[in-house]
Amino acid sequence: MNPALKNTLLFAFVGLLLVGTGFVQGWNSALFILNMGLVSAIMALGVNLQWGFAGLFNIGVMGFVALGGLATVLIGMPPVGEAWSAGGLQVIAGLLLGVATVVAVVFLRKKLTGRARTLGTIAALIVGFVIYRAVFDAGVAGIEAVDPASTGYLGGLNIFGPHRDANDMLLPDYFILLAWPMGGLLAAGAAWIIGKTALGLRSDYLAIATLGIAEIIIAVMKNEDWLARGVKNVNGLPRPVPYEVTLQSDPGFVARAASFGFDPVTASTIYTKLCYTVLFAIVLLVLLWLAQKALNSPWGRMMRAIRDNETAAEAMGKDVTARHLQIFILGSAICGIAGAMMTTLDGQLTPGTYQPLRFTFLIWVMVIVGGSGNNFGAVLGGILIWWLWVQVEPMGLGLMNILSSGLADGSELKERMIESAAHMRLLTMGLVLLLVLRFSPRGLIPER
Amino acid sequence: MDFLNALVALANFVIVPGLAYGAQLAIGALGVTLIYGILRFSNFAHGDTMAFGTAMTIIGTNALLALGITFGPLPTALLALPFGIGATILLVLFTDWLVYKFYRDQKAKPVILVIVSMGVMFVMNGIVRFIIGVRDIRFADGERFLITARDFKEMTGLREGLAIKTTQAITVVVAIIAVSLLFWFLNKTRTGKSMRAFSDNEDLALLSGINPDWVVKVTWMIVAALATTAGVLYGLDKSFKAFTYFQLLLPIFAAAIVGGLGNPLGAIAGGFVIAFSEVTITYAWKKVLVYMMPDSLEPDGLVQLMSTDYKFAVSFAILIIVLLFKPTGLFKGQSV
Repeated sequence: MNPALKNTLLFAFVGLLLVGTGFVQGWNSALFILNMGLVSAIMALGVNLQWGFAGLFNIGVMGFVALGGLATVLIGMPPVGEAWSAGGLQVIAGLLLGVATVVAVVFLRKKLTGRARTLGTIAALIVGFVIYRAVFDAGVAGIEAVDPASTGYLGGLNIFGPHRDANDMLLPDYFILLAWPMGGLLAAGAAWIIGKTALGLRSDYLAIATLGIAEIIIAVMKNEDWLARGVKNVNGLPRPVPYEVTLQSDPGFVARAASFGFDPVTASTIYTKLCYTVLFAIVLLVLLWLAQKALNSPWGRMMRAIRDNETAAEAMGKDVTARHLQIFILGSAICGIAGAMMTTLDGQLTPGTYQPLRFTFLIWVMVIVGGSGNNFGAVLGGILIWWLWVQVEPMGLGLMNILSSGLADGSELKERMIESAAHMRLLTMGLVLLLVLRFSPRGLIPER
Repeated sequence: MDFLNALVALANFVIVPGLAYGAQLAIGALGVTLIYGILRFSNFAHGDTMAFGTAMTIIGTNALLALGITFGPLPTALLALPFGIGATILLVLFTDWLVYKFYRDQKAKPVILVIVSMGVMFVMNGIVRFIIGVRDIRFADGERFLITARDFKEMTGLREGLAIKTTQAITVVVAIIAVSLLFWFLNKTRTGKSMRAFSDNEDLALLSGINPDWVVKVTWMIVAALATTAGVLYGLDKSFKAFTYFQLLLPIFAAAIVGGLGNPLGAIAGGFVIAFSEVTITYAWKKVLVYMMPDSLEPDGLVQLMSTDYKFAVSFAILIIVLLFKPTGLFKGQSV
């Protein structure tokens, strides 16, 4: 079978799975899976860029995704004026002092030598830390005291505020779309810092460094309430698509829905989800197009040459570390964009829900199963594995119900079996990953 | 100024917990470093191997308790530990035969093995959840304290108390026994010596007739024993929860790398370095400083450098600093 036909069939199969879901479980769930599938496909594209193109082992995807989520709050929410006057500038001054301390330490280490260097470094660190904490903590206390139940944080940059129509119904706010590139920028910044320290060392070290920074990013987002309310979550992020309630109150929409034979509630939820689907598909297609262009350009060939033989590439005069840094930043930025899109879709930022198994390792399963080194493979893997991830639990529950149907109701074994269905996901994903690695290590759509 | 009280407060809140946590990390890091030295990959499934061993030990403990057997003042889990170790040895040998052997025979790149270990991690995580669920389980029984804070105060007449939990004492004792056994094995026995030879230079070891399959098997057995011991000690000291063990991966890897990957001595040192930095940086020093400073200078705040939620950040920062200045770790490790 020629590859083009095979790939078309694979994508058609995934389409069929989604359509089947639509018929069996309703179109709302099918669209829900598709939307998150598109976001996952973008994350997989980012990881594929790093792993498939350059062989970089990044297991901190969760951190970059979370930074994207943070960007939606920083861009999308209205600023909290009271908090800014209570301590906004002080917090920023504190952070600047922290940066100044680091700069001073670096400067001292360059200028001084011997014992003076050690003593100078320690002194600068201690003095800098004390000043930074004094300024910063006071600012934070001021901000977090401002109406902690509903705000208690600085808010975002959205000075245009929520848009409402004449009947006081919420209208779409396109300003939040700015958060998507902003999420990419934040992730790129973090990637630059990690790349500068860990790239050029051994591959395992990059893995551990990314794993660590992801945990730290989540810890910061959970604990720094002044930034994005921490575990108190930020709800009610503005949406770039029409709100269901607004649609339901619009007689024109209700009439149109009725003419298609839908009730207004179903029609409005499906319409909103479809709008997201269109937006996400546009972003995915643009990124896919760019990634394909990059893969087939001299730059892409150079990347693969470096991946396949670093020494030879270095001998040809390629700056391996600099190229690695470049592609590491690009891939992480894509993960950041996807993270911002995901939080926009959710409509809320919940730092407690970021788990490495779901946001790092699952993305890796997507890339490996889809086919590392192939952008279409990453997209296919993203949607397919996401579908599987969602469906494994009900399928496992069904399986357990059938298996335990012979047992008496209320027996301990039966309860245990049904309870264990909830843990099927991890097991299945691990098995899928191991089986693909063993029997089809190049994935469903192999690199050409 | 009251040095004695300050010292006791320091021992109670920093030194004793730090020692116990350091010993747990050190045993965990030993497992990681052995796999790295002999099989030459970073085993991401290590945290979940620890969780599996602990889960098995908990099941053994419950069985013993059901039979009415306890270990007197010591936790019953110590009696069940050999059972847990045995089950874990079977599991890792089976995993090696089913999964890792294929890639070893192929001479796959280390990074492929790391990804494979990620798959194993998923599966083991799933198995542990199947077996024991996701709840928080406390399984320490027997005497809770070696010395309670009140007894200590009555004994010495000091204002500060020093409490030593039985589990903390056991952790340190078991760790000393485990580490001595390991070093005796590596340095004195024939198999241990061939393991070190294999780690130093694989080709030369093969040339001198060392059986690689045997070396790999023994390594897995030792790693399973260490992982289970580390997991049980950690679980006794705190509590058992599948997800926490996955998160332990970061400090354990940090310990192994800081010490120098592939170097057993380094792993132990690394464990204590990481543990003590985590404890000292997240400890509220007010209690100690109150005794050390004159009254007029008494600190207002808690004098906590960082909140405890950032303890991962500490192990990570130490890791980065060591990597930047000494890329092969404090003790010379291997580099690929």
